[in-house]
Amino acid sequence: MDLDFTAAEDAFRAEARAWLTAHVPAVPLPSLETEEGFAAHREWERTLFADRWSVVSWPEEYGGRGASILRWLIFEEEYYAAGAPGRVSQNGINLLAPTLFEHGTDEQRARVLPSMASGEVIWAQAWSEPESGSDLASLRSTAVRTAGGWLLSGQKTWSSRAAFADRAFGLFRSDPEAARPHQGLTYLMFPLDAPGVTVRPIGRLDGKPAFAELFLDEVFVPDEDVIGAPGQGWRVAMSTAGNERGLTLRSPGRFTAAAERLTGLWRDGADPSDTALRDRVADAVIAARAYRLFTYSNASRIAAGESIGAESSLNKVFWSELDIALHETALDVLGPYGELSDEATEAPAHGSWAEGHTFSLAGPIYAGTNEIQRDIIAERLLGLPKGRR
Amino acid sequence: MRFLLDDEQREFARSLDAMLTASDTPGAVRAWASGDTAPGRALWSRLAEAGVFALAVPEPYEGLGPLPVELAVAFTELGRHAVPGPLVETVAAAALLDRLGDQDAAAAWLPRIAAGKAVVSLCVPAAGSPYALDPDATDAVLVVAGDTVLLTEDAGPVQPSADPARRLARPLGGTVLARGPEVEAAAGHAADVAALVTAAQALGLGRALLDRTVAYVKQRTQFGVAIGSFQAVKHRLADTLLALEFAQPLLHSAALALAGPDGREAGREIAAAKVAAGDSAYAAARAALQLHGAVGYTDELDLSLWIRKARPLREAWGTPAACRARVLAP
Repeated sequence: MDLDFTAAEDAFRAEARAWLTAHVPAVPLPSLETEEGFAAHREWERTLFADRWSVVSWPEEYGGRGASILRWLIFEEEYYAAGAPGRVSQNGINLLAPTLFEHGTDEQRARVLPSMASGEVIWAQAWSEPESGSDLASLRSTAVRTAGGWLLSGQKTWSSRAAFADRAFGLFRSDPEAARPHQGLTYLMFPLDAPGVTVRPIGRLDGKPAFAELFLDEVFVPDEDVIGAPGQGWRVAMSTAGNERGLTLRSPGRFTAAAERLTGLWRDGADPSDTALRDRVADAVIAARAYRLFTYSNASRIAAGESIGAESSLNKVFWSELDIALHETALDVLGPYGELSDEATEAPAHGSWAEGHTFSLAGPIYAGTNEIQRDIIAERLLGLPKGRR
Repeated sequence: MRFLLDDEQREFARSLDAMLTASDTPGAVRAWASGDTAPGRALWSRLAEAGVFALAVPEPYEGLGPLPVELAVAFTELGRHAVPGPLVETVAAAALLDRLGDQDAAAAWLPRIAAGKAVVSLCVPAAGSPYALDPDATDAVLVVAGDTVLLTEDAGPVQPSADPARRLARPLGGTVLARGPEVEAAAGHAADVAALVTAAQALGLGRALLDRTVAYVKQRTQFGVAIGSFQAVKHRLADTLLALEFAQPLLHSAALALAGPDGREAGREIAAAKVAAGDSAYAAARAALQLHGAVGYTDELDLSLWIRKARPLREAWGTPAACRARVLAP
């Protein structure tokens, strides 16, 4: 058992750090949940891609470096320690790409992945519907067979990044006669600017249009944009759900970096006699370290040929609660300055704690609510009987 | 990097688990609590044969160690079975004796500790507690007072603990075993070892509480169904597992750090592991008690042997507040 990096891994870390030092914007980009910020973040993706840092774990032919999970974790640690911008491409990179690697065709990979890696095409997810949240398999949007493809109709909602994104991916009911709700679903990719698509941005808690409702009225999608076999969409989608909850969506680097910043904030500005606050800072540091080590342990398991299944639900509950605790503690250290947003000229750290806090509050809801995750943990990891939700 | 226990370490854990399962450990705990230490000492000898104490003793003194990762693995199993006695204190005393630089003292005690022939308690008031654990059941008590290590066999009257299997008393008098500037650093190291293996014990304790409670809620029925099918029950147990799962890598990383060259960093890591393991074990005890209902609140049910150990382990060798302060120490 060890936690040692090889000389080559240390060199990779040094290379990433040097590049980030030279390229990370000195002043944070505007919030990626605004039109101006979205464009700036798209430009940043192009910068990353130009030197092959946007998708380090992908094969080289699609713009990556073929990096191991461990190197990807190293990159992420350096990325967030450097204070680099949030990733506007993350829905595509973390959800759609793994699905294409597992279930897509060579043609789809060659067509979709390079423009995703460069930020030229930004992807939004289209899972939830007004009547289908945690019970996703009850979804009602339809894909109806037509010559050469499918016609999509219905309503999707809580579609992250869709206010400004280019394309989306999601599940549609292609066989309404199927015996069970999760049968007869098909996984499709579709353009957000096509005839029949209406995008209505939705302001999140702080008013920024971070997600959107999508109204689809017989939107044509060619056969080549079906991933996996028609009717197999649930199985295909669940392979990305694990990614969303588990290892790849929230790398430990962002939390260890945030814990480091929180510690600095606390040392510089907090009342040293406030031991209750000190204990919360310590707990955030401990939890960020625990998440990093837990992830190394999972990465070691994967490297040893094991697979990570329902354990990804442990990750999801842990990081989402850690993220909130980190930001809440920071806001308490900041006191009256904590509420100043990224648009306030006097906001500490350009308002990143306030923005981060707002963002963190969604964590226990998206990617499968934490209630659903706890059901999964109890049923699949502890073997408790299924019951009514 | 391979941040996983290797096959040998896993097999070691499995064999200890099997041995303790076959040894009527609950009976030994209850006997120990009533002042009959014979079954506990017999168990101690079997642990020594399995090599547990040798892990804390260096090779020149007939040991195998120091091997902090293996110690953490072993103490997780000792906690899983709520084994009684000054286990933590004995391996911490071995760490102290190893670092004192006094070959006579080391030669007198370390081989006997490794062989399970010496049960030693340790009291380091600077590390938080004025009491020695189980001094009436030991062959010696070491007491660190400033730059002096005292050796005694005497202690004041037992101050009963809320966990009857923990017998606390203040050490009395003693002869000087060592004195000098090296004592403070050696005692600090011994306290670190104690904190690490206490965290390991807590983690194992929490795992046992979770396992027993999961088994119980699967078979206990109310309203015509197993209570484990209720979401409130599931979520409490999911949270229990979550806390234990994330404490474990902190423990293993701390053990690796203790084996490494940077003592200050090891101290921070051990403190982090102690907080996480102590908190998660106590939370497991609370969940176990709540989900067993009234029967969980009884002395009769062996579950009590685990439940009442959770709080003392959380405080022993580093309270949560002291550990949190250490995590942030510059």
